[in-house]
Amino acid sequence: MMNSFEALKVVSRHRGDAIVVPTMTANFEWPQVSTNPDLDLMFSGVMGKASSMGLGLALARPDKQVIILDGDGSLLMNLGALVTIAHMAPPNLIHFVFENSVYRTSGGQPIPCAGKVDFAGLAHAAGYCNTYAFSELSDLEKNLKKVLDQRGPTFVVLKLEPATERTPYPFTTTASILARFRTVLEKLKPEV
Amino acid sequence: MALTASKILTELKKCGFDYVVTVPDDDSRRLYRLIESRPEFKLVSACREGEVIAIAAGLMLGGKSPVVLIQNTGFYESGDSLRGLAIDLHLPMLFLISCRGWKSNAPMTDSAAIYIRQAIEDWGIHHHLVEDDRHIDRISLALDEAKKAQKPVAVLLGCEISDDE
Repeated sequence: MMNSFEALKVVSRHRGDAIVVPTMTANFEWPQVSTNPDLDLMFSGVMGKASSMGLGLALARPDKQVIILDGDGSLLMNLGALVTIAHMAPPNLIHFVFENSVYRTSGGQPIPCAGKVDFAGLAHAAGYCNTYAFSELSDLEKNLKKVLDQRGPTFVVLKLEPATERTPYPFTTTASILARFRTVLEKLKPEV
Repeated sequence: MALTASKILTELKKCGFDYVVTVPDDDSRRLYRLIESRPEFKLVSACREGEVIAIAAGLMLGGKSPVVLIQNTGFYESGDSLRGLAIDLHLPMLFLISCRGWKSNAPMTDSAAIYIRQAIEDWGIHHHLVEDDRHIDRISLALDEAKKAQKPVAVLLGCEISDDE
């Protein structure tokens, strides 16, 4: 089992110039490790819609890889998104799910069917091109480049150690970073 | 007078939309089929309307021009995305809402239609009613309004969309 903060450090080392959409626990922790905050679209929850926002970005900007850092509780709130993403099949979309089996940001209550849901199995059944599940940080480190280099949509479950206490870092609203994100993304638009 | 799919499509083209993000429904099925056949529009068909708003928001942030096409029933479903994305992020998102149960000349009996105008107003969203082809230009007006105000605006399609004669 991994620690979310350590897992995020590994993702950060490999993200390159990808757009990253972090939500819930990742929203709190990602800014502490991100090396390219201008391309981070911090996401404020909205009942699990980070993956759907990421899909829209991936369709709009096929020149950029889009990495979604989702929670297991968030994904369960928007489970149909797996099917919609698989249907649209953007090759530049990578969907991480941080599986800690609890609603960590709202008090540590267990998610429905905690520890029994096969999230990678759900994504595979929905039609994602590639699905992975990692329990060990060393395996994630060893395989992440290959995972990110594949034609997506790709789904990656990171199995985390139990952590019911809230993370000590501040939450970042989407509204607070939106203008900067849009400006930077517009500047990076490829010439037609 | 009827509300025809081709007239709506022409208006959407005039508005400069390049994506239609939708959950298909009965009243707009003919428009859906027409959009599907047109290469100038990319169709994103989602599972639920809350997703539709988030996908459209992502498209807008990425520089595209999506229009949202949902049924009134789906509008009720999409509340938190409407609040947290379209409204809170000040996105000039245009909603085309087909109105199941809408009747202009008789008492409405379908709660999906009865509450829709009040529900939209309660969200602080201005709306326009399009009941036949004579009202089609209200779609452009609504988009202009959304852009000026930097907020979502809705167009209620108060009639089943028909094929051309």
